[in-house]
Amino acid sequence: MKKILSTLIGMAMAIGAMGSAFAGDMINGAGATFPYPLYSAWAFAYEKETGIKLNYQSIGSGGGVRQVASRTVDFGASDDALKPEDIEKDKLLQWPQVIGGEVLAINIPGIKSEEMILDGETVGKIYLGVIKKWNDPAIKALNPNLNLSDQDITVVHRSDGSGTTAVFTHYLDEASPEWKSKVGSGKSVNWPVGIGAKGNEGVANYVKRLKNSIGYVEFVYAKQNHLAYTLLKNPAGNIVKPSLESFAEAGASGDYNPSKHFYTWITNTKGANAWPITAATNILVAKEKVDGNKRVVKFFDWTFSSASDAKAKELVYAPLSEALKKKVREYWKANGLY
Amino acid sequence: MTRERVRKIQSLVALSMSTLAAVFGLFWLVFILGDVLAHGMKALNLSLFTMDPAPPGVDGGGLRNAFVGQMMITVFATILGVPIGVLGGTFLAEYGRGTRLAMVISILSDIMVSVPSIVVGIFVYAILVRPFGHFNGWAGAVALSIIMIPVVLRTTEDMLSLVPWTLREAAFALGAPYYKVIIQVVYRGAATGILTGILLSIARVSGETAPLLFTSFNNSFFSTNMNEPISSLTVTIFQYAMGPYDDWHAQAWAASFMMTVFILILTITGRAVLKWRYRR
Amino acid sequence: MPRLSKRNPIDIAFSSITAIASISVILFIAGIFYVLITRSSLSIQRFGIIKFLISTDWDPVRESFGAATAIFGTVVTTTLSLMIAIPVAIGIAIFVTEVAPNFLKGPIGMAIELLAAIPSIIYGMWGLFTISPIMGNYIEPALQNSIGKLPLVGMLFQGTPMGIDLLTASIILSIMIIPFTASISRDSFNLTPAVVKESAYALGATKWEVVKDVVIPYSKLGVFGGIILSLGRALGETMAVAFVLGNNHRITTSLFDAAATITVTLANEFTEADTDIYLSSLFNLALVLFILSFITLAAAKLILLKSEKRHSR
Repeated sequence: MKKILSTLIGMAMAIGAMGSAFAGDMINGAGATFPYPLYSAWAFAYEKETGIKLNYQSIGSGGGVRQVASRTVDFGASDDALKPEDIEKDKLLQWPQVIGGEVLAINIPGIKSEEMILDGETVGKIYLGVIKKWNDPAIKALNPNLNLSDQDITVVHRSDGSGTTAVFTHYLDEASPEWKSKVGSGKSVNWPVGIGAKGNEGVANYVKRLKNSIGYVEFVYAKQNHLAYTLLKNPAGNIVKPSLESFAEAGASGDYNPSKHFYTWITNTKGANAWPITAATNILVAKEKVDGNKRVVKFFDWTFSSASDAKAKELVYAPLSEALKKKVREYWKANGLY
Repeated sequence: MTRERVRKIQSLVALSMSTLAAVFGLFWLVFILGDVLAHGMKALNLSLFTMDPAPPGVDGGGLRNAFVGQMMITVFATILGVPIGVLGGTFLAEYGRGTRLAMVISILSDIMVSVPSIVVGIFVYAILVRPFGHFNGWAGAVALSIIMIPVVLRTTEDMLSLVPWTLREAAFALGAPYYKVIIQVVYRGAATGILTGILLSIARVSGETAPLLFTSFNNSFFSTNMNEPISSLTVTIFQYAMGPYDDWHAQAWAASFMMTVFILILTITGRAVLKWRYRR
Repeated sequence: MPRLSKRNPIDIAFSSITAIASISVILFIAGIFYVLITRSSLSIQRFGIIKFLISTDWDPVRESFGAATAIFGTVVTTTLSLMIAIPVAIGIAIFVTEVAPNFLKGPIGMAIELLAAIPSIIYGMWGLFTISPIMGNYIEPALQNSIGKLPLVGMLFQGTPMGIDLLTASIILSIMIIPFTASISRDSFNLTPAVVKESAYALGATKWEVVKDVVIPYSKLGVFGGIILSLGRALGETMAVAFVLGNNHRITTSLFDAAATITVTLANEFTEADTDIYLSSLFNLALVLFILSFITLAAAKLILLKSEKRHSR
């Protein structure tokens, strides 16, 4: 009995110790659910190529910022770019990685994807609870040919600290003055109505299950889960589809200034066919962890290749322009990470 | 209708209601287990155990890392928790029997058995994750062991107390020191009970999710490194069930099935052994 | 009792080791209190203890936090689940002790304990995938169309029935806590001396009257202790509720609304609180929960101890 016990304990410790020996092979990141399918796909390919495991946990941008500021992960990911003063305060570094767009996913029996048209003010009113039913005159006005029912709208939003929320509420702030005064924007807001779900995954899950619901998700989540989504009217007055082109057009107008750590917003941009709810999702690292950061940068530099770009495009994320990639590389160099 | 008849009918009605209550309770048990069985068997296949997770949206992949991770965390939690629990229970039933201290500790242990496990997770995050700079499997194991210790401690105390005092007296009469009495006489007598208590405590912590959320975190890759975040079955089920992908849902059901089977076997075995061993 | 000579050095060593092991429990409790209090200090300083408890704000943007919404959700789900679970649990205990034939007593008792052994995450999953659609598509609309039309009570059943709300969460929770009250009640009922029951039968009492007038009054304390224990367990339940509650911080009158409990708030927001005040407020919430559960569980334990003492006289 004693012998069995000690052998078991010995084996367990040996496995644990063996595991520790591979410590150099793992990079831990956490943050935005916005780019999660893409980072995961990239990490999968990276591991096959180099054997290094990039463990990315999608806990929301708020979590990404908190964990990297607490130095409990190697890098954080956030769609809600940190302001330069916050970056300096927490001694971090930040750069954009890829550009993606958010769509309003809907689950209305009989309405297919890309059939419904909405605009910022209407979406704001829905999320304020002012518009309660699908056949509200405001929605009817934008969709004269659609057969809208008298059903209540079930609003789905995020329950966690989310960059996706920050981008969405920023869009609403700009498009709907009523929203701005009553709620405001941020990673986590005081939602007037609706049910909260964890992560883009959670919102997609709830929209998928609940009839007559609406929720904001990153485009790939709507695509992968076959959720219907709406078209949007952008500030230029045009009705746009979410696509690589409309995301890239919005992305092009960002003010990516390395001295401001690339802090910028690209919602409601001026382009004729720009998608109004677009964001560049960012990577954050702790400034002082130079060795760790070099490994992180090595991975993200690897993702600036054309093969990785192709993967991104496959999931409908717009890769950064070559010029912007150059800027990011110079930023890395200037901070001793490249 | 005589008064007696009325009372008889009242009795019949009331007792039928209680039978209904029992049926109601059993109905839920069968419903839950049946559901887990039905959904779980559908998704059960070999790749669940041999492959690691695929990226979200990509079908396929398995939960090998989660099974291994859960096993490692549980094993280390047991290694940490069982000795402390057994030794602690020994103190309460032997050296400390009848003392105020033992009574207080016994009451506090009972409270800790039912304390919200998420608070334990938060506590361990503050002491074992923040200072070390990253989530790690050790923190998860410690969190589970904190939940385990009161359970093992109380069952050990109860089982040791069941050993008749006369047995100890006989050993003392032969000149044995107390520790020898405990180890060679009392432990032997209560062995089945203590081991069963350990089994039941393992069953209890194997299903815990909340304490692992902020300690061992999660890992999409296979890893046996306890110094880093490590995947666990419970946290993965949480993640997959809350996600939108049907593939994830299927895997979550299969994992739930395996976990439920494991825990139920442990629990049923444990309780059956206890009943048999301590039958009146 | 064991006032035995401990002059044997190994005895001294062993007794010290076991003592230290048992003191670990005190250390954990003290440690948890210490950590929670120190980490909540920022939030306590900013909001004050009372104000934090009654404030219905939970606004990370404006950095204003209060525990009232989370406490509301916790209280509602716990109360409702107890209301459903207690009658069922006592009914089960009566069945197992008085009604069931002897060969059934063991298996049914075991079956009820299995309900307790099922991990809460399984309850959560089953709740989300199986119960929630049934609630949202059938039961809740039915409730809304029947009781929902009545004046005062109808307020409880307003809003869009989605299946992700206080009602569903309470039902799942109630199933989880039935076993605790049931097994403790069963044990208490069994402690009623046969003599007392037999005297009642001898006087011509029906079985139900024996239960109602002899067994239950005799075991009142034990049953009550079991109920408080279930309450304590329900307070701390996270996973079973997290899937089907909807996570919306607000105080509402309808059971068909999403809400938030302390545990689910912690689970969802802890790793993601990005400002210091946010994290500190979460620690503050955890402290409130810990104190609440501690008091409840201590009360349960003391009641049960008293009941045991009474029986061993």
